Amino acid sequence: MSALLIKNGRVIDPAAGRDGIADVWIEEGIVKGVGPGLAPSDATVFDATGLIVAPGFIDMHVHLREPGFEHAETIESGSRAAAAGGFTSICPMPNTSPVNDSATVTSYIVEKARRHAIVNVFPIGAITKGSAGEELAAIGSMKEAGAVAISDDGRPVMNARVMRRAMECARSFGLPVINHCEDLHLSAGGDMQEGLESVRLGLRGIPGVSEEVMVARDILLAELTGARYHVAHISSKHSVEMVGFAKLRGLSVTAEITPHHFALADTDMRPYDSNYKMKPPLRSVADVEKMIEGVVDGAIDAIATDHAPHAGSEKMQEFEQCPFGILGLETAIGLSLERLFHSGRITLVHLVRLFTANPAWILNLGHVERGPARGTLASGSAGDVTVFSTEREWTYDVNKSFSRSRNSPFDGKKFRGGPVATIVGGQIVWQAT
Amino acid sequence: MAGLLGIEHLTRVEIQEILDRARDFQPAPGQSFKRFDLLRGRTVVNLFFEASTRTRTSFEIAAKRLGADAVSITAQASSVSKGESLVDTLNTLAAMRPDAIVMRHAASGAPHFLQRHLGIPIINAGDGTHEHPTQALLDARTILDRGKPLEGARVAIIGDIAHSRVARSNVYLLSKFGAQIVLCGPAALLPRELEHLAPGVTLTTNMNEAIRDADVIMMLRVQLERQHESAFPAGEYYRFYGLRLEHLKLAKNDAIVMHPGPINRGREISSEVADSQRSAILNQVENGISVRMAVLERVLGGENRPSANPENAGEGAAGNPAAEKNADGEAHVGAAH
Repeated sequence: MSALLIKNGRVIDPAAGRDGIADVWIEEGIVKGVGPGLAPSDATVFDATGLIVAPGFIDMHVHLREPGFEHAETIESGSRAAAAGGFTSICPMPNTSPVNDSATVTSYIVEKARRHAIVNVFPIGAITKGSAGEELAAIGSMKEAGAVAISDDGRPVMNARVMRRAMECARSFGLPVINHCEDLHLSAGGDMQEGLESVRLGLRGIPGVSEEVMVARDILLAELTGARYHVAHISSKHSVEMVGFAKLRGLSVTAEITPHHFALADTDMRPYDSNYKMKPPLRSVADVEKMIEGVVDGAIDAIATDHAPHAGSEKMQEFEQCPFGILGLETAIGLSLERLFHSGRITLVHLVRLFTANPAWILNLGHVERGPARGTLASGSAGDVTVFSTEREWTYDVNKSFSRSRNSPFDGKKFRGGPVATIVGGQIVWQAT
Repeated sequence: MAGLLGIEHLTRVEIQEILDRARDFQPAPGQSFKRFDLLRGRTVVNLFFEASTRTRTSFEIAAKRLGADAVSITAQASSVSKGESLVDTLNTLAAMRPDAIVMRHAASGAPHFLQRHLGIPIINAGDGTHEHPTQALLDARTILDRGKPLEGARVAIIGDIAHSRVARSNVYLLSKFGAQIVLCGPAALLPRELEHLAPGVTLTTNMNEAIRDADVIMMLRVQLERQHESAFPAGEYYRFYGLRLEHLKLAKNDAIVMHPGPINRGREISSEVADSQRSAILNQVENGISVRMAVLERVLGGENRPSANPENAGEGAAGNPAAEKNADGEAHVGAAH
């Protein structure tokens, strides 16, 4: 296997405490060295002058729809969208058909990804069988087959006793428990954020408190069980406060945010346009500000897209009939740069950490069982690199998306900054044209 | 005018024009409605995805009084029950080139969603819990007919506000004319955000407070079909939110009582009130026709303009062989007059 030398970029590797102009040398899929003026023989050279060179970005929350819903996305098409969005590793949620609740399904995904995906795929297994919220799934076997976390994403475990048992079990296998926090009784029937906009549009509301009561319950259970607990797509202001509180208490509690939850509020919705319909819903302007503060002060650890493809026919319906979720992989870096970096809220180092070191830590991707370390460019770690620009101007055209679906509210949006090249195991798998 | 999706985005002037024009269409006392030939050769499709007798009939009569051809389709009889999507149903109908589609749908925003994808004007005859613009217009016409100016009028709207499209459209309309609007109902059916829906709105859960000094009392139907759980103790609704004769003493002497119908006697309104001199309920029904005539005329352009496709002129789509073929091909749509 040939070598790759990424020359002259600004290398930002928060895990290694590095930020400066340097070359990155990858050989046999592994980082051989990072430093100025590297000159290995026979290396393909990628000139990264004026660009940021970061450890490969990790999206710890995507939906690849395979097996079962291949009309909306496949492991291959999703991986191509990921690469085009600058991600080198993605973690598909288990709400496929069948649900990824056994080693068989986990192995199927891992094998399928090995053959067809152009980025790394680390599956997330279900918490309960069929994600029905009752009986624990085969947590240990799924871990052995490659699952990096457990979650019943989209179908939160409503029974607190089951959640307690899941946390105890996950802890013994060293897996984090990720919950889509939503009290289904409080959110029942809702289609968008509860507030003036929902009242105005005559749509049933999903109150912020439906997320917050679940976050509160889970944090208490995490303290009781000592589990590693992670809040998926945090969106509501008190949730962020409680995660911050849990961290102060020394609990192993983390949280991720999607770009759309810090980029859009309910008032930005185009009325009855299902490309703005997702769970959790776009919250209030005050919530959005609180989310950004949560990112700034460290209560929120990671950015994840919750990339949720749905076929056109599913989204071309009455708003209340449409499924929840939007695409996210290809617009994540652009939105993050715009809302967090160009707006002056966080540094570039912080931004890179949200996509690399932090998700890698949460998912234990540095662990030897999973191969070379991810989320860092330290010597010996995986040769996964995200090269991006903070300045490149481009326009998102959802009809050119690598995803099989088209459900994005950001079609036609102009971005300042975005991915330039995606390198997985030393191979350039995508490059901006 | 593209269509009529709601009151929220209309101006006061536009509303006034419709209300004024509706007056021209009102029959003289004791007379039946006159027939006008303003929309001869035009075709209006009434597409009702939700049960409705009065609104559908009212639109149908309004169209016919104007000389238009009106076809009514109900969801039960249409291909919707065969699993056809809303977009496909509408595209099929649009291919038959009607001049306007009057639409009622249980989903809020369904007509707004369709208007983005269809070139034909849509008149919203009620969408979910969002708006019911012609109801608000006929309510305003009725209040004006009783000699009450809208400016400064105190209007109490009582019932399940959260799920009421009638309440929303009325709030928007009355607010644009400077009325004081008091919304009243059980707390769970009275979201606090309503106060910010439009200027001049206040909220109360106390019915007496709402009715005090009111010029107009609008009662809403208890929409059991829209409630997914009990938001108020069963059996207590009428006691705390049912309008009875004794309440009327709190209102102005000449206050009127309105209800969009169909009324539930003994559930939100007592029979004595519904049948009293104060009740304007039947005037509302009557005004439904004249207001809808004014709306149809406005949306369809009036003046018996020939439509863009000359083949469609005269007897409308019926004279167009292509449309006829479509009609045959889609016979399963099951037009119900």
